[in-house]
Amino acid sequence: MTAAPVLQVEDLSVRFRTRGGEIAAVSGVSFAVRPGETLAVVGESGSGKSVTSLALMRLLPPGAAVTVTGRVGLRGKDGRMLDVLTLPEPEMRGVRGDAIAMVFQEPMTSLNPVKPVGEQIAEAIRLHRGLDRRAATEEVVRLLDLVGIPAPRQRLASYPHHLSGGMRQRVMIAMALSCEPAVLIADEPTTALDVTIQAQILDLLRRLQERTGMAVVFITHNLGVVAEIADRVMVMYGGRVVEQADVRPLFARPLMPYTVGLLRSVPRLDLAGRRAGPLPAIPGNVPDPLHMPEGCGFHPRCGDHVAGLCDARLPELESAGEARLVRCVRWRELTP
Amino acid sequence: MISYLVRRLGQAVLLLLIVSMVGFAILYLAPGGPLSQFAAGTDMSQEDLDRIAEQLGLNRPLPVQYAEWLLRMLTGDWGRSYRDGEPVLYVIGSHLGATLQLMLTATLLAIMIGCWIGILGAIRRYSIFDTLATVGAMVALSIPTFWFGLVAIYVFSVELEWLPSGNRETVGDGSLLDLLRHLILPASVLALVETAIWSRFMRSSMLDVVNQDYIRTARAKGLPEWQVLAGHAMRNAALPMITVVGLQLPTLLGGALVTETVFTWPGMGRLFLDSISYRDYPVVMGILMFSATMVLVGSLLADMLYAVADPRIRLG
Ligand SMILES: Nc1ncnc2c1ncn2[C@@H]1O[C@H](COP(=O)(O)OP(=O)(O)OP(=O)(O)O)[C@@H](O)[C@H]1O
Ligand code: SF4
Ligand SMILES: [Mg+2]
Repeated sequence: MTAAPVLQVEDLSVRFRTRGGEIAAVSGVSFAVRPGETLAVVGESGSGKSVTSLALMRLLPPGAAVTVTGRVGLRGKDGRMLDVLTLPEPEMRGVRGDAIAMVFQEPMTSLNPVKPVGEQIAEAIRLHRGLDRRAATEEVVRLLDLVGIPAPRQRLASYPHHLSGGMRQRVMIAMALSCEPAVLIADEPTTALDVTIQAQILDLLRRLQERTGMAVVFITHNLGVVAEIADRVMVMYGGRVVEQADVRPLFARPLMPYTVGLLRSVPRLDLAGRRAGPLPAIPGNVPDPLHMPEGCGFHPRCGDHVAGLCDARLPELESAGEARLVRCVRWRELTP
Repeated sequence: MISYLVRRLGQAVLLLLIVSMVGFAILYLAPGGPLSQFAAGTDMSQEDLDRIAEQLGLNRPLPVQYAEWLLRMLTGDWGRSYRDGEPVLYVIGSHLGATLQLMLTATLLAIMIGCWIGILGAIRRYSIFDTLATVGAMVALSIPTFWFGLVAIYVFSVELEWLPSGNRETVGDGSLLDLLRHLILPASVLALVETAIWSRFMRSSMLDVVNQDYIRTARAKGLPEWQVLAGHAMRNAALPMITVVGLQLPTLLGGALVTETVFTWPGMGRLFLDSISYRDYPVVMGILMFSATMVLVGSLLADMLYAVADPRIRLG
């Protein structure tokens, strides 16, 4: 994994102006993803995962109510690094769906209900690859087959409601992969699916990634999924990165108390039967985005919180060994 | 599909029964009654009046009269006009063309203009255009149609003398141009309220659609904005509009009634008002039943069309 990153995010911040006040949905997020690498982004609801990914695609609602700052570098198909946040919109349209593509959480609502799925996939192919209708249709058949949809030719004319949730998500994946993007963003692509289908979709994504060498940003709540597919993990809390590490070190030795809590609430097969009762959830509630706590955003819920220290000022995101970052003033004393 | 149709038709029949009962009761309980027409003006004796009442069956109890009327309706006998003795269906038929012409023209105008106003308003939400369109629709919906009619006549016929103020054609002319010139004012006045209705429905339908996930998916593909709107949003937003055809039919009929009166348009609306003032009850009941049937069949057709147009809907 020494190739240059295809996606390089530096100090990305997104603020929404709302009636209740300003929401800092994402603050100072930086990360990089290399070809063939999978970065998992984890965090509770409202931690800014989706807003981050939409900012990368420049798909946040336009208008004065949203402010995006920072830098997003994306390697275009011609090898040039593009500055996504300042790219003129017509050029950005050429990048969307081509160099960077996205699979959304809700396969039920993310497909147009009144257009045959074949047409919906063909659209991107014709747009970016300039194929004619016939050639695009053949390409759609190939893609549907690739994502494991049986009898692909017969499915071309199907409407989304004819397909099961898993099949729809495969269609979404086929659509996202149709132009062989360098970066695929998957925003909780399996959350809405049941467990066996979830495993199939993960397996599919992994195989496709091996084949195409694309970089994947995989957003999820589910640390079980992270263990299965990620190379690196970025933990977010209240719009901030609180820990970043390779997947093995993170699971073996989480540094930030929030990450420890997240890991503790994952069902573990090796402990099955030995522990009675429900899994310990992190106590307390997700912070109100309009009233983020002073200092470490996690301190009202943190068992290791020290008054006067943790709530005084925001801890730095500091280096904690090779390729590891953590945002906690006490991580040194807390981790054995 | 079949069971759906049977159920809808059953509901329609029930509704028609209720409409007929209410209509019948109101007419016959209203002061005056059909005989007042004969009593007024002419110097008929009470005996003559009793004889006429006997002939027309007006001296029997209301439920009996209703039952007899209903039975005759069911056998296709809609009765005869008290006014000139013509069969009711014939009288309605001779006025239907003018009404349909007016309603169809107004509806087409309203759909074409209203839908575009709605779409543009939704795309540029809260823009000056959207605000003006919203205020305009409120005004159009809150001011009575007859007032618009009178203003239109005053401005375009009386003051500017551009267009005729009433009737369907100039007697002795009847060329296409003459027909069109007569149609413009009443159709526009009737279309005004309709346009407001269509623009409001279209705007909210479009607003609903542009916030859907699949619109974001379309943008994520890199489609240009016009293709997102034309190819993905408008189709979805237009679909439920088919049912608006059915929804606004009663408003349209009511508007036509007023418009026809203001512009002395020889349609069913005029006939209805004339018949009421003549106490021509068979014609009044006939028009009531005819238009109720029209509304019910219209909305049933609209719903079926919607089901055909929307791949998700299976009637059952
Ligand atoms: N259009 C918007 N206007 C105002 N605030 C928004 C908007 N979109 C998101 N937010 C806010 O930004 C914050 C981050 O939201 P985001 O959707 O990124 O969370 P998430 O991590 O994806 O959560 P989930 O796991 O539920 O998907 C939330 O507090 C949310 O309320
Ligand atoms: S900084 Fe303090 S409150 Fe925040 S995670 Fe570390 S110990 Fe807990
Ligand atoms: Mg999300």
